[in-house]
Amino acid sequence: MSNPISLIETEARAVIGAAADLAALDAARVALLGKSGEVTALLKTLGGMDSEARKSFGAAVNALKSSLTEALEQRRAVLEASALETRLAAEFVDVSLPGRVEARGSIHPISRTIEELTALFGAMGFGVKDGPDIEEDWYNFGALNIPAHHPARAMMDTFYLKAAGRNKPMVLRTHTSPLQIRTMLEQKPPIRVIVPGRTYRSDHDATHSPMFHQCEGLVIDRDITLAHLKGCLVDFLRAYFEIPDLKARFRASYFPFTEPSMEIDIAWDRKTGAIGGGNDWLEILGAGMVHPNVLANCGLDPREFQGFAFGMGIERITMLKHGIADLRNFYESDLRWLAHYGTSPLAPVTLHEGDPA
Amino acid sequence: MKFSLSWLKTHLDTEASVARIAETLSAIGLEVEAIEDRAATLAPFVIARVIEAVPHPNADRLRVCRVETGAGEVSVVCGAPNARSGMTAVFAPPGAFVPGTGIALKVGEIRGVASAGMLLSAREMGLGEDHDGIMDLPDDAPVGTPYALWAGLDDPVIEIGVTPNRGDAFAVRGVARDLAAAGLGTLKPWTAPSIKGDGPSAIVWRDEVPAACPWVLGRTVRGVRNGESPDWLKQRLEQAGLRPINALADITNFFTIDLGRPLHVFDVNKISGGELVLRRGAGEVFRGLHGKDVTVTGDDCVIADAAGVQSLAGIVGGEATGCDAATTDVFIECALFDRVTIALSGQRTGIFSDARQRFERGIDPALLPAALDAATAMVIEICGGTPSAVTEAGAEPAWRRRADLRFERLMGLGRSDVTPDRAVEILEALGFHVAMRDAETVTLDVPAWRNDIAAMGIPGGSTLDQHGDLAPGAATPAREGALAIEPEVDLIEEVLRIDGLDRIVPVSLPVMDAVPRPSLTPRQARTVRARRVLAARGMAECVTFSFLDRATAARFGAAPEALAVQNPIAADLDQMRPSPLPTLALAVARNIARGFNDVALFEIGPGFRAETPDGQDLIAAGLRAGATPLSWVSPSRRVDVWDAKADALAVLAALGVPVEAISIAADAPAHYHPGQSGVLRQGPKHVLGVFGTLHPSVCAVMDLPVGSVAFEINLAAIADPKKRKRASPLFSAFQPVRRDFAFIADATVAAETLLRAAKGADRALIAGVELFDRYAGDKLPAGKVSLAVAVMLQPKDKSLTDTDIEAVSARIIAAVAKATGATLRG
Repeated sequence: MSNPISLIETEARAVIGAAADLAALDAARVALLGKSGEVTALLKTLGGMDSEARKSFGAAVNALKSSLTEALEQRRAVLEASALETRLAAEFVDVSLPGRVEARGSIHPISRTIEELTALFGAMGFGVKDGPDIEEDWYNFGALNIPAHHPARAMMDTFYLKAAGRNKPMVLRTHTSPLQIRTMLEQKPPIRVIVPGRTYRSDHDATHSPMFHQCEGLVIDRDITLAHLKGCLVDFLRAYFEIPDLKARFRASYFPFTEPSMEIDIAWDRKTGAIGGGNDWLEILGAGMVHPNVLANCGLDPREFQGFAFGMGIERITMLKHGIADLRNFYESDLRWLAHYGTSPLAPVTLHEGDPA
Repeated sequence: MKFSLSWLKTHLDTEASVARIAETLSAIGLEVEAIEDRAATLAPFVIARVIEAVPHPNADRLRVCRVETGAGEVSVVCGAPNARSGMTAVFAPPGAFVPGTGIALKVGEIRGVASAGMLLSAREMGLGEDHDGIMDLPDDAPVGTPYALWAGLDDPVIEIGVTPNRGDAFAVRGVARDLAAAGLGTLKPWTAPSIKGDGPSAIVWRDEVPAACPWVLGRTVRGVRNGESPDWLKQRLEQAGLRPINALADITNFFTIDLGRPLHVFDVNKISGGELVLRRGAGEVFRGLHGKDVTVTGDDCVIADAAGVQSLAGIVGGEATGCDAATTDVFIECALFDRVTIALSGQRTGIFSDARQRFERGIDPALLPAALDAATAMVIEICGGTPSAVTEAGAEPAWRRRADLRFERLMGLGRSDVTPDRAVEILEALGFHVAMRDAETVTLDVPAWRNDIAAMGIPGGSTLDQHGDLAPGAATPAREGALAIEPEVDLIEEVLRIDGLDRIVPVSLPVMDAVPRPSLTPRQARTVRARRVLAARGMAECVTFSFLDRATAARFGAAPEALAVQNPIAADLDQMRPSPLPTLALAVARNIARGFNDVALFEIGPGFRAETPDGQDLIAAGLRAGATPLSWVSPSRRVDVWDAKADALAVLAALGVPVEAISIAADAPAHYHPGQSGVLRQGPKHVLGVFGTLHPSVCAVMDLPVGSVAFEINLAAIADPKKRKRASPLFSAFQPVRRDFAFIADATVAAETLLRAAKGADRALIAGVELFDRYAGDKLPAGKVSLAVAVMLQPKDKSLTDTDIEAVSARIIAAVAKATGATLRG
């Protein structure tokens, strides 16, 4: 017997090294280590040996077996790596191809502004009220200290419905102020509410729409003063326009449902339209201390309770913040306009997240 | 209201600049809407003499002028046909901006001749349309003087917006009084000349309606010449935006603006009978001075003579009795009309006039005799004539009122640090008189012209209008409270507006809760969520009008008469919409008309069923038309009913509606395709919404592609979530097993019935059933469909054996067969 072990090993290693793929390698493994393989055959011869010979030959065969097992594994690893490489090469795609398409939706700028108003006034403890667009005359006018003969009625360009209310036709609310009344009738002070909503006036041109949105505000308690009105609105305007030192000017004015009444201007640049800069003033909202008659009409004793109310045009503050030129586009529903001025549904309005985009 | 600075200065002694006056007016509540300062634009233009004008050597139509400008002689090439030697004209030097041409002048050469400036036409100066030639001034116009100064155009015109409460500020004198109180000068004293009448008036008053006209004065002036007004008066009126008519009419207009005291003049010789009667209208028609017929009713106060109605009192006079160049005897009317009567007549007739504006806001009830004398004096001065004695009916009404101010309320309501002395000083400057004063309180007499102060209960003043259902315990103290403090709040407003609202230091609102409570109610929060879900599904949110044309409204639901707009602004905006869907349909059609065919829009807004507060729903509606976006990965396809169903269910699922509890029935409204639409209900009756393909006939009439799909969800129908503790879910440790079944069923079987039956076969073991294939075609008998479902089995306490799986499969097959008659496909 001319050292069969080393011969087998040499031949086996040659076969293993020559295996071109995993199938050939497996065939080689079976031929060597399988049930009727060469190495297995050697092990079977051990039974016929004496103990001395069996000891030394057995050790040699086992060494051969583990050496070949290792060689097989090494070859397998090489072949597997190469097979994977081939597969990956075959699976190449042009990654510059467009990904799967998803239609992009958007939130309307008016809704976005209402959400911002809710967040900013919410941080100051305001709740949001809503109510009917079709109102009784009393809620829209009488309760707000606007009797039938009041010149302010003629200025409001009211839409009337064919439906009759108590003695008078129902109206499309000309402002969100009727919700002041509904709120005071429903809940006791302290009251802090805003009312964003649809309003209607019979006026249609580049700067007026027969339907538009207002945000009313109402604060009632025992010791609310004009200084709080100013503080609250300045705090709001600075946060909304994101200008911490935005200048605001308070001018005396008149609304039937507040006294004293005022209009509020913010600083801007007439030439560039930039808010906060320049030496010009831009009217932004109306406000005042709630008129004693309005409190009394709702059953609140004006000697006990006082507070303020304000109102602003939602389209107007939206146009100013985002540089939107034409009011009419808000209601046109042009896809291009909606995509450009709309907001992502994932954009947060919470204060702590800010606006990353 | 418009007035010139020089007019203001007839009442106000001031050195303040126009800019300062304007800033102050805006701050104290008389908002400046415009300032027209022609002196600024005309500043560079000076009066010049054309020494010589000779033909241009190289151009037939041009002349070369030697011009003396007062600052030297220059050569100007001029194209005007009227340029001639010796004329006086207006010269613009190089560098001046010429408003009519929009360019700044340069020194130039025109066809070889130097030209250093320009001779101007009225149009080039922005002063009119006359461009027949250059301005031709009188010979005595001083050369070198600014043209604006010489022409009296250096007088800025201020336009203010007068708020409805300030009848007194509809007068130059009232404006002057406010400015004086605000520290911008001194109010000049004003007293009317005393007129001694000669003999009784040719016309006398009879007042049948003292409620509408408590007091009326009048007087005849005989022998007047009613020509053109003098220049100063015409200029005042023109600057105020009024067209001069004739001297008598102009005088009434002057006092309307000067004192806020509307007057009217009748031509005595056109009045039938010697009496003017104040009475109610009775359906008569007369031609007004505004050139239109006016019909008067029993609600109007009119002035009539023996021939009939001649004037709608306080609003517009009549043409038939008006004054013209032939007028020799004039009757001047000076009346006090009831504010409410005027306001309501004004609203009814829709006539806007300077007189109405003032009467409906309230005029000074004590000023009548003085105003009549002042007007008479001006008539005599300008038109000559002899005045009669005053004729009158009624009497000066009681107007004297008092108001108290507790000084501490300036701080208590206004948080103003204004001192009592300063507060009283302001009120006195506004015309209030101190009746009593101590350390805490001042009692003031309200001036006659302030109809807005302490006006509770006076005619046209403020009134309480308390809600009908207030508890007496609340209504009475509230009413008493308002009566007690309303005059005081009026005074506080006066003090603060004059002292300056800007002087009050802002204070942030006190914190109520360290961390604010939620701002939104659950219903409002659901609206926000629905909006985000739909936008995330690729739809663009819209805001469309709440009204539309009646025919379209009817096509998408009901268009009840009660919800028709009485006075629509346009014929196609005359009906409240039943849902946002029809206005969305209009919006989609507009986009398609623009060439954008694949549209997915939604709106969350009101739909109206009735005019009552609970007749308004909040509806989330969406409409998809066209196809899904183009893509090479997954081919674009037409939108279909399954998109709309998925949109609707996505909203409901996101709002916490248990989707497995929703039933679907094919009884959608008529604007949907009857075979491709469903109504979503929670329980047997509670409708949540509807989805489907739009009816082809609706698509056709709305210019939408056939196959457009839509949904409408009534957000108000969704219940608030119940606050209850839910058991924690059990996540089983054992592997789930999926078994697929293909059933052959009649095509009429609702898939939902089959799925429910399969799911109900073993509630403990079956975790889910999904339909993954539906086949109908030639491999099946006619009228049959194959529905393939995957059933997920989730054991909870041991692994499933083959026997377990066989058993549950048998139960599923049996349950489906029982519910639908379907059999397992072989």
